[in-house]
Amino acid sequence: MADAAVRTKDQTPTVEGSPKPANALDARLAALTLPQGGFTAAARRDALARLREMGLPGPRDEYWRYTEPRAFNAPVPQPIPLLDKEADSPLFGDRDRLKLVFVDGRFDAAASDDLALEGIQIDTLADADTRQDHWAADLYGRLETAGQTPVRRPFAALNTAAAADGVLIRVTSSPARPVHVVHRRASEDADVVWHHVIRVEEGAELTFLETGMVGARSNGVIEADLRPGARLHHITAKRAGHQKLGLSHLFVRVAEGALLKSFCLSVNGTLMRHEAVIDIAGDDAVAHIAAAVLGDGNVGAFHHDDTVFITHGAERCESRQVFKKVLKNGAEGVFQGKILVKPGAQKTDGYQISQALLLDERSQFLAKPELEIYADDVKCSHGSTTGAIDEEALFYLRSRGVPYGRAIVFLVLSFLADALEEIEDEDLRAEINDRLEAWLTLHATQ
Amino acid sequence: MLKIDNLHVKLEEEDKQILKGLSLEVPAGQVHAIMGPNGSGKSTLSYVLSGRDGYEVTEGSATLDGESLLDMEPEERAAAGLFLAFQYPVEIPGVGNMTFLRTAVNAQRKARGEAELSSGEFLKIVRAKAAELQISPDMLKRPVNVGFSGGEKKRNEILQMAMLEPRMCIMDETDSGLDVDAMRLVSDGVNALRGPDRSFLVITHYQRLLNHIQPDVVHIMADGRIVKSGGPELALQVEEEGYGDLLAEAR
Repeated sequence: MADAAVRTKDQTPTVEGSPKPANALDARLAALTLPQGGFTAAARRDALARLREMGLPGPRDEYWRYTEPRAFNAPVPQPIPLLDKEADSPLFGDRDRLKLVFVDGRFDAAASDDLALEGIQIDTLADADTRQDHWAADLYGRLETAGQTPVRRPFAALNTAAAADGVLIRVTSSPARPVHVVHRRASEDADVVWHHVIRVEEGAELTFLETGMVGARSNGVIEADLRPGARLHHITAKRAGHQKLGLSHLFVRVAEGALLKSFCLSVNGTLMRHEAVIDIAGDDAVAHIAAAVLGDGNVGAFHHDDTVFITHGAERCESRQVFKKVLKNGAEGVFQGKILVKPGAQKTDGYQISQALLLDERSQFLAKPELEIYADDVKCSHGSTTGAIDEEALFYLRSRGVPYGRAIVFLVLSFLADALEEIEDEDLRAEINDRLEAWLTLHATQ
Repeated sequence: MLKIDNLHVKLEEEDKQILKGLSLEVPAGQVHAIMGPNGSGKSTLSYVLSGRDGYEVTEGSATLDGESLLDMEPEERAAAGLFLAFQYPVEIPGVGNMTFLRTAVNAQRKARGEAELSSGEFLKIVRAKAAELQISPDMLKRPVNVGFSGGEKKRNEILQMAMLEPRMCIMDETDSGLDVDAMRLVSDGVNALRGPDRSFLVITHYQRLLNHIQPDVVHIMADGRIVKSGGPELALQVEEEGYGDLLAEAR
């Protein structure tokens, strides 16, 4: 790919006719059902207070300059017709896993597997929240609250206050099977607020998979607490359909010697924003966040925003951010990635790369890499490139008889390869790669 | 087989003429070598024949078995039987060598109306041919040319040639960057492919390669044209005397 300067918007987007923030928030809250909560009651009340203090984001918010929040601020989403194939995504379908099905954001016990699995404790939020005591009380809303500093994240607070359901997973050893959350849609106007809490206890390991279509609009939060030596492999494959509005926050606290690997595949969707807020709190810990995004502006607008904040607060820790976006037909990609190295976080190894492959001149990529370093013995690097298809490689492939469209598929897969490399399990990686290849082949001629 | 007639080519982006009336004919089953000083247009000739962007043909023709190459897309030229062994083979991370080869082989077969090879058939053939070129199973699994040494890349080019079974092979300085052993391996690979229905156009700076791949005809190229053609002895003459006298004589 040819290197190119990071492009930035020179104008702050204007929002015409937006209601005043306070009124907008009242209207937004009025359209939601706010559960009173059992063990989460206090966290929900606090979150609501936080949200009232923060207000909804506007174009003046530094981290909302490149993504228009209006559709997330609106009281209700636009209904979206159900697609023909709303059924279970076949991704990971052949795999031995514990399947948890959510329909319009609500747990569907009949469609799910039995929750019993050795080495793991699973409840649903709606179910557990009828009780006053739960192990997740230590975490629900806590990591979110911590993640509000120094950058405020109003939709995460709104989520904590309003979440209707989700899973609470506590892993005490390494379960034989991955846990797989499958989202399905049943109504055209579901405004889904889901919230998962995961604790991986000392030395335990979990593979957590998420697939499916969530709703007309979705707001998701994962709070994950990795105890010393714990390992969490998180893979999300968003099959967004073509008119999807979604935002999510991943809050992870990584203790000493623990490992986080999170990978997100996102294909289409009108307006998507994923925030990852990672707090590396213990020495010798590792956190990798990666994403492969494909957007086609021809199937409605496409705007995809990845916003990452990684805090190094301990010694000898490693973080990697690998974000790749393939954009065409006027699609827009945004990447805002920050590495904060606190005083004393010596021997930090921080790496960040964000790259866009623009398949035409109408698409654009906006990248804002940030490093803030307060320790003197660290290694941090970041890079961002925006490029087109490599003509030399394209000619090489075609000269061997590979047709143009197929050659483009190869080169797009080649571009995304670094992000997929972040999936540790080879079978899972191969499955994602095959899915991508099939999607690209289908769209190659368009 | 390959017939080039009065070919004039300029760069698309700038007003620079590179080929200035080049004519050449390679009959079936023959090996022709092209030698010439730097900047004479040898690589341009190979790119124009295989269909790379960035060049504009202003006059003349190039045909393969009577069919005009210049109107075809690169993949159509490949399916018609043309192959270019690159001077600098391209690395393609994330795409397996085998996947790439099998896609190429089957795309060509499909374009020619032949049945595609099953993965079993393909594997059997590719393993045998790779072994002949001392290409390890590991190299077959790795991404295309990624982490290959110079010699490995060139051997990989010959493996592709062996798998695709083109009728007209153009080799663009395949000997550059090769040590003696690698050159022998590459040459043996090429010689194994020689036959009455396959022709070669070997572009090289050095006579040494032609000791291994014996040419039927040697052409001397200068300033966008063939200035002299002869037998293998012409290459020896270049090796001993340089281009000076030959070019002066041609003028």
